[in-house]
Amino acid sequence: MADETVKTPLLEVADIKKWFPLKTLPFSEKKYIKAVDGISFTLHENETLGVVGESGCGKSTLGRTIMNLLPPSAGKVVFQGKVIQELSPKELREMRQQLQIIFQDPYASLNPRFTVGEIIGEPLAIQGKLTKKEQVQKVKEIMAKVGLNVNYINRYPHEFSGGQRQRIGIARAIILEPSVIVCDEPVSALDVSIQAQVINLLKDLQAEMGLAYIFISHDLSVVRHVSDRVMVMYLGQVMEMADKEDLYHRTLHPYTKALLSAVPVADRHVKKEKLMLKGDLPSPADPPSGCCFHTRCVFAQELCRTQTPELTEYRKNHFCRCHFADKNEGEYHEDYKN
Amino acid sequence: MTHADRHHLPEDSFERIDVSQSSEREKIAAPSLNFLQDSWRRLRKNKGAVVSLAVLSVIAVLAFGSIWLTPHDPTKQNISYVNLPPKIPGVSINGFNGTAKVGQQVVDKYAQAKVPADVHFFLGTDGLGRDVLSRLLMGTRSSLIIAFAAALLDVTIGLVYGLFSGLKGGRTDNIMQRILEVLSGVPNLVVMILFLTIFKPGMKTIILAMIVTGWITMARVVRAQTLKVKDQEFVLAAMTLGAPQWQIAVKHVLPNISSVVIVQMMFSIPSAIFFEAFLSFIGLGLTPPVSSLGIMLSEGYKTFRFLPHLMWVPAVTLSAVMICFNLLADGMRDAFDPKMKD
Repeated sequence: MADETVKTPLLEVADIKKWFPLKTLPFSEKKYIKAVDGISFTLHENETLGVVGESGCGKSTLGRTIMNLLPPSAGKVVFQGKVIQELSPKELREMRQQLQIIFQDPYASLNPRFTVGEIIGEPLAIQGKLTKKEQVQKVKEIMAKVGLNVNYINRYPHEFSGGQRQRIGIARAIILEPSVIVCDEPVSALDVSIQAQVINLLKDLQAEMGLAYIFISHDLSVVRHVSDRVMVMYLGQVMEMADKEDLYHRTLHPYTKALLSAVPVADRHVKKEKLMLKGDLPSPADPPSGCCFHTRCVFAQELCRTQTPELTEYRKNHFCRCHFADKNEGEYHEDYKN
Repeated sequence: MTHADRHHLPEDSFERIDVSQSSEREKIAAPSLNFLQDSWRRLRKNKGAVVSLAVLSVIAVLAFGSIWLTPHDPTKQNISYVNLPPKIPGVSINGFNGTAKVGQQVVDKYAQAKVPADVHFFLGTDGLGRDVLSRLLMGTRSSLIIAFAAALLDVTIGLVYGLFSGLKGGRTDNIMQRILEVLSGVPNLVVMILFLTIFKPGMKTIILAMIVTGWITMARVVRAQTLKVKDQEFVLAAMTLGAPQWQIAVKHVLPNISSVVIVQMMFSIPSAIFFEAFLSFIGLGLTPPVSSLGIMLSEGYKTFRFLPHLMWVPAVTLSAVMICFNLLADGMRDAFDPKMKD
């Protein structure tokens, strides 16, 4: 993994927040859904940052806020030394070439009225730097690169399988040769047999094109396979962030431990200790006081209910938001050892 | 097999899959159909819609063909040929052979009026001696022109308004929707009648009167569809590519709401035909000698007891056109969106 002190990060997210206002009665106190609540991280060239957490924890909102599809309520996103929120429309369009997204649903992310050629070629048409003939040529090259039959260039999305559609989405994202791609749960809607194909394709493209990924998922096994660093989110906040091996073997946060304990292992000889979470995910509109995880944490103390823990670096590049992280330190789960 | 061996399976336990096999597995055999081809394939299976389309096509061809070719001049009056019954050559059925019952006797009205043997009025003549068939063709044409023009302008205004409102969102959308609510609170019939009493009666005035409130429904439908489509991921994908707002509207939103717009337009055409007929019937529509289905109904209604065919002919035509448009619109809705069909 890149040394953060030496290399300038490609992407820097600084204390970003995305709060959605709730409709309230006139003259009553304004309420917000705190989908993303003060997240900071950096991303370097050719690196993959995995973002994990339960449904509704703000992973996708984070991805879309980074992309500037949703304007942040606070904080800033610095891409290649420029603050995205401060760019002019022209500069923003140029920046879009370098920052792309792959969506979760391969069915909803492709315009049903466009042919595959039009879908993949749309970025080129918008940027308008190539002739029609050159665009078609480039589209065919990219189709071949992602393993799509070039003869299907004039077919429509509904004629393809889920895996093929996701490859169309990937082709659209890489055609402008970006440096960062936000992968918003790109395999969660696919069959397990197809997931491996898509993940391997993403890894091959990363090696070939030097891409950096923000890989959003709720599947810890997938994240482990693709990521260099992993960030665990809960109720819009970072609970733990560390290098992959460090996070999987030397887990600090009880929430991460609970998530890891829920991952099934295809070996009946391995006995796993299940760390069950209490209750349901609290509403982001009304988060608990103190540590937002205390309502479900089996180790919660009085301190957790009253005082919000800071995201602290307990080991080199290993951050955790827990009052008792130093007491939790240690190896976790035999089955995660290589 | 020990626990340690589990991770070291012999290579001959596996069969390598050739790449060609995998590409064979992903082969698409079905012929490629775009949205319109696919919709047309489904529409053809709907008998009601196909029959309606055929009937409307025949009516439209006859109505618009009558610009160049009519049995008689639809505006030419002939006092000698007043109220003649229908006469179709080679047909000897009473009521269609130029005869009419006067008291207890069957009288040849054509002989009485000294009509030359080679002159036939297939649907008879009216109170001013004008050929009913020629006037019917002219009237149908007028009604269709008014209906199509009104529907097309409704679509245009409603589409622009609805698209803008839906895509802008926020406060702009809120204000635009309140304006719509105020406008839709005014009864459209009152607006039409006011409009027609202020301005000089004619085709343009009727079309304008219909548009004044007619576009509101279309604007609402378009806005609702735009809100549905604009949050879909392919629109977000276009935004991430840096596509300008107008391009997103034209290339992504519009093609995906076009089916709903077309269906809505198809439903608004019969309603426009009916409104035109109603306005002409109460004397606020087109002015004679121009013909329309409403004018013909109004004229036929006065003599219905004695000359029922003068009312039956435009009434049946109006009903047929309206029913066919509604059936076709229903069929198109099912063809465009098969999931909507129960």
